Amino acid sequence: MTDPAPSQTGLLIRRLQSPLAGPFDFAVPPGGCGVISGPSGSGKSLFLRMIADLDPNDGEVRLNGTERRALDGPAWRRTAPYVPSEAGWWLDDVIDHFAPATREEARRLAASFGLVEGQFDAPVARLSTGERQRLAIIRALVLDSPALLLDEPTSALDPQAAMRVEIALQARLAKGCVIVMVSHDAGQAARLKAAAYRMVERKLERAAPPEAQA
Amino acid sequence: MNAIALSPTDIAISASLIAFDAVLSILLKLNLHRQVLWSAARMVVQLIAIGFLLRWVFALHHPAATVALVVVMAMVAAREIAIRPERRFKGADGLVLSSTGVAVATVVTVALALLTAIRPHPWYEARYAISLAGIVLGSVLNSGSLALDNLLSSVSRERPAIEAQLGLGASFHDATRALVRQAIRRGIMPTVNQMSAAGVITLPGIMTGQILAGLDPVEAVKYQILLMFLLAGASGLSAAIIAYLALGRLTDERQRLRLDRLR
Repeated sequence: MTDPAPSQTGLLIRRLQSPLAGPFDFAVPPGGCGVISGPSGSGKSLFLRMIADLDPNDGEVRLNGTERRALDGPAWRRTAPYVPSEAGWWLDDVIDHFAPATREEARRLAASFGLVEGQFDAPVARLSTGERQRLAIIRALVLDSPALLLDEPTSALDPQAAMRVEIALQARLAKGCVIVMVSHDAGQAARLKAAAYRMVERKLERAAPPEAQA
Repeated sequence: MNAIALSPTDIAISASLIAFDAVLSILLKLNLHRQVLWSAARMVVQLIAIGFLLRWVFALHHPAATVALVVVMAMVAAREIAIRPERRFKGADGLVLSSTGVAVATVVTVALALLTAIRPHPWYEARYAISLAGIVLGSVLNSGSLALDNLLSSVSRERPAIEAQLGLGASFHDATRALVRQAIRRGIMPTVNQMSAAGVITLPGIMTGQILAGLDPVEAVKYQILLMFLLAGASGLSAAIIAYLALGRLTDERQRLRLDRLR
């Protein structure tokens, strides 16, 4: 297959499909954000999982020119980490989920997300859903990856906490990171200057920008 | 070695204990008497059948007969391991991996014993090979099925935790390391318990049998020690091989978690 745009950067997805969903064609420029909304069960999470290569799928996924297949599964997912809406925890204490080299940065982010210092050293079981959600995003942010796949990253957060997370995401976008995220918050797409999409029955369509509707 | 020969009368007298259990069940309304009598009858028929089968195979003095019997026993064990877990592999995957684990663990330990410690002539002498394989298979079955059941259920249960790690770029082996370790531990634990209890809390069956059959206790103890080592080795091999093979089937070339291969 010839590459029509070898200089293409950002995230480029062509004919991404699985027996469950697709095919999807999708692109996000570097420093850009794609926000997907749609009814539950429409395939939003499936789409992110397919990009992350967590479910069997076919198709072309390129990030800044590199084909996903050129990397092994873990290496690809380090380039484009995926944070599910209810992320799992695999050890007792929050701090053990972070590699020692990333803990300083993780604490800094935790503070900027409005988490108090003690929560970072607490057992996971003692944290609220919203605290866990922010810490799960931090687990991905400390990887300093060129792309992020976030499934409803602020669903359990109050508007103020959501805003703090958005500020961190805006900083990533400014550095050229590509973000694909699922969100039901229409304002969020606008605040992140994102391209808005809608998932309907496992098909992706470009949502009309709010101006056009008016 | 002078075994005290048992006459049918002796056995009939001990059978009165089964009758006692049945009467107890009727008196106390335990509703168990049918099961007690039925399982006692089954046990008698099965053991008499295997006794005659073994006598026949021993008399054949043919390695093929010995191998055939051991293979059948091993296949039954492998099938048990594959079908026992609540979450199990679709298709023949489970059977393939349990057969591999059973075969390797049994052949390695039984061959080690026959070629070094026990050394019958010829080394495939049915009396030794079949008895050893039978004991070893019991352990292999136990540890393999505990390890497999534990691994498949913990991986299913811990799916969010595993996928959270995979999503951040962890390798499949890193993401499941703790679960595999726990599954293998679970498989080996009964053998460890058996070893530490031997002689203090229980008199192991083989040793008791040999003492009853007239062997000197110290000689019987030596045999038992050898057997315990064999069983420990066999259960370790079986648990580890089956757990790692199962783990391999739970992932693919992109290091995804493939729970869709389970039912």
